[in-house]
Order: sequence, then C-alpha cells, then structure tokens
Amino acid sequence: MDIQLKIIDRQGEFHEYEIPSDCGLNLMELCKSAELGVEGICGGMALCGSCMIYIDQGPELPGVGEDEEKMLDTLMHVRKNSRLACQIKISEKINGLQFTIAPNQ
Amino acid sequence: MDNLKDIIIIGAGPVGLFTVFEAGLLGLKCHLIDALGAPGGQLNEIYPKKPIYDIPGHPEILASDLVDNLMKQISPFKPEFTLGETVIELTKDNEGIFTLMTDQGTMLRSKVIAIAAGLGCFEPRKPALANLEFFEKKGVDYIIRDPLKYKNSKIVISGGGDSALDWAIYLVNIASEITLVHRRTEFRGAPESVRKLMELSNSGKINVITNAEVTQLNGSEHLEGVVVSVEGGQPQTLDAQFYIPLFGLTPKLGPIAGWGLGLDKNAIQVNTLDYSTNIPGIFAIGDINTYPGKLKLILCGFHEATLMVQSAYKIIHGGKDPSFKYTTVTGIKPMQ
Repeated sequence: MDIQLKIIDRQGEFHEYEIPSDCGLNLMELCKSAELGVEGICGGMALCGSCMIYIDQGPELPGVGEDEEKMLDTLMHVRKNSRLACQIKISEKINGLQFTIAPNQ
Repeated sequence: MDNLKDIIIIGAGPVGLFTVFEAGLLGLKCHLIDALGAPGGQLNEIYPKKPIYDIPGHPEILASDLVDNLMKQISPFKPEFTLGETVIELTKDNEGIFTLMTDQGTMLRSKVIAIAAGLGCFEPRKPALANLEFFEKKGVDYIIRDPLKYKNSKIVISGGGDSALDWAIYLVNIASEITLVHRRTEFRGAPESVRKLMELSNSGKINVITNAEVTQLNGSEHLEGVVVSVEGGQPQTLDAQFYIPLFGLTPKLGPIAGWGLGLDKNAIQVNTLDYSTNIPGIFAIGDINTYPGKLKLILCGFHEATLMVQSAYKIIHGGKDPSFKYTTVTGIKPMQ
C-alpha cells in the first residue's frame, strides 16, 4: 500500500508525498532524495544529527533508541518532539505522519 | 620558504591516508593537513567503534582499526602531518606552484594538491546566542587547547556528552569555579565519567545545573557572566570569565568553497579520468568529489586516490609517465 507523509521544509514550505510502504527507506533518505536540504552526513547511524526533525502530528512512533537519545543530547535546537529522521523507517505504521525539518546544526 | 612538497593532501581521513601509500609507491612524498587533532577523519570523529563490512579483504573491521592499519601501511613512506589546523588560503603562482596557508599561519608549497576533505572540515557546533561571535576569543571557546588558560577562572561549560563531562572533571583542579549546564536531566557520557561527575557535584566542586540552557552572555570587552535559564524556574546569572559550549563537531565545506573549484551541491566536480578538478594540479578524491555515478564509499575513494597519483606524478616530473609495478614484484621501498 501507499502511505501519506507531510513534510514542512526549512523554508516553511509544505510538501505532501505518497510513498509505497515497502520502499525500504527511512525518513532521512526520503528527505535527501526529495532534496529537502537534509544532509544525512553519517548515512543513518544516528551519529551526526543532521537529519533532526520535529514530529508535528500523526500516529505514535516507535520509541527513541539509545544511540538516538545520546545524539539528541548533544544537538542544538532540540525540542520535546525532536527525532532523528534516519531512525524512523517508512512503513504502514507511520501513515499520516507530519513533521518539520529542524534548522541546520 | 618551506621545502617544496610533492603532494599536499587536505584531509587525513582514510582516503587521504591511502593516497600516501599509492604516492609512495611512485616515490612521491606527502604532507597531510587536517582540522582535527588526529588522523582518521570521520572514522575516528564520528564512528570509531562501528564495524565496516565493505573494505575488500576485511569481512568486518572497526573504523578506528582501519585507521590504525592505514597508518601502519603508510608508515614506510614517512608522511608529514599538520594536525589541528584548517587550510584557509590556497594560491597558485606563474610556475604552477601552490602555496597553502592554515589558520595557525603554517605555510606549505607543492605542485600538486589532493583534496580528500570528506564532508568538509569539522567545526564546533555553536549554540544560538545573540552575541556569541562577539565574545569568541574574548571568553567563549569551542575547543580547549590549553587547559591552563582557565587557571583560577570561573568557567561555565555547556553540554551533556563525553567531551563536556571529561573537561568539566579535568578542569576541576585548575579553574576556581566550574558550572556544567545540561539541557536534559540525564547524562549519557561514559558511566565512569557520569559517576565521577556526580561525586564532584555532591562534594560541591562542580556546580551542575540540569534541564537548563545558557541563554545570554554578558560583558563589555570580555565575557563577565552568563544567564542560565532553567526549565520551570527563575533564570540564574552566573559570574564567568569563560563560557565553553561543547556540543560536538559538525562538518562544513568551509574555505574550500571559495577557491574557484567547480562545485555541485557542496561537492567538487572532477574528471573521472584522474579525479582532476577544473584547476590543473588540484585533485579531489573521496566523499568530497562528485561525478556521474559517484558512490560515497571508502573503497571508491581508494580507487580514486590510486588513479589520481598517476597524473600527480606526471605533473611533478614534467610530463613523464610513471612506470607501473606490482607490489608483489617490487615490494615496498621505504623513504628516508
């Protein structure tokens, strides 16, 4: 099935995507391929923080892992709804998610 | 003036290091420069203890072990290093010789420059504070170079990672007063450091403020104090001669962007024949370059370095082709 995702980029522009739930990407990879200005420097190891996003609304997400928590501890502009996009896999479970890309570090 | 080097390599990550080996086989000597204080680039800075699975001949190798092995592999070729310095200026004279200058004033000259700068140079993450830049070098430090500078001073450190914890603990007997400000309740540094920090906090040697952020810097000529805002509490004003935010490092393309090289989205465009750039004598290899089909993989960077030094040899030896030899036939000839 296709899932719907809503992304607000760093310029405040709203983007809507319909993506196959089995595409095998995570949200960082999606933002990169959509050229939304996310760098994803470390390639998805939760080690650089360049893909931080703010979860605006949508389904409940899987919890924050130890690596992700450690990284969020050291970043700028962290909020209570901060997550690393590279740690969230695209699947049916995140259908309807809306998030905002955090400012550059 | 300094001696003329064969190849100056900007960036001492895996690809920069392997360039020394391939250049060494052709009798070319290399000088490496890196903004970080140790070789290894992102392998040591970002993921030293992560296993890598796609290095040929190594079913699995830790990033830091790969760096150690590369250092061993290149040691016969006696590379020189300038570490902890960032290249800020690169010029070329009429005879095709490059002069390169670092932020610490080191000057180096060569006929060939290899940019193997990966993601760019690592710079400290800076907190969003209104007059932060004004206080840089006037009380705000992002990197601790000389701990004795803080002798008998009141200092405030921000951060919750290993670096913030380690420095707060280290400076406890040097500074007259230390405050560690952390945005969250928990510290996620090494358990031993956290334990030590708590001990020092309980005995009143380090003032630890959690769920808090430094939100204002005060002072006229030099830093005199900071304001710490605590979640759900009153802001506190602290006397401080130094404020040291330790939020880790993040890579930036930096001065390379201003050297007239062809760029595409923060990467240097190269010719895949030899990974040369639009400026003759400057090559770009590894994650910093881009070309159709580019993959940012260490093993691709190794290949790029190998082809690059062939052209570098020609430039250095007035157009003469290097003779191609297998290491199984000739072995390694160490340099003096």
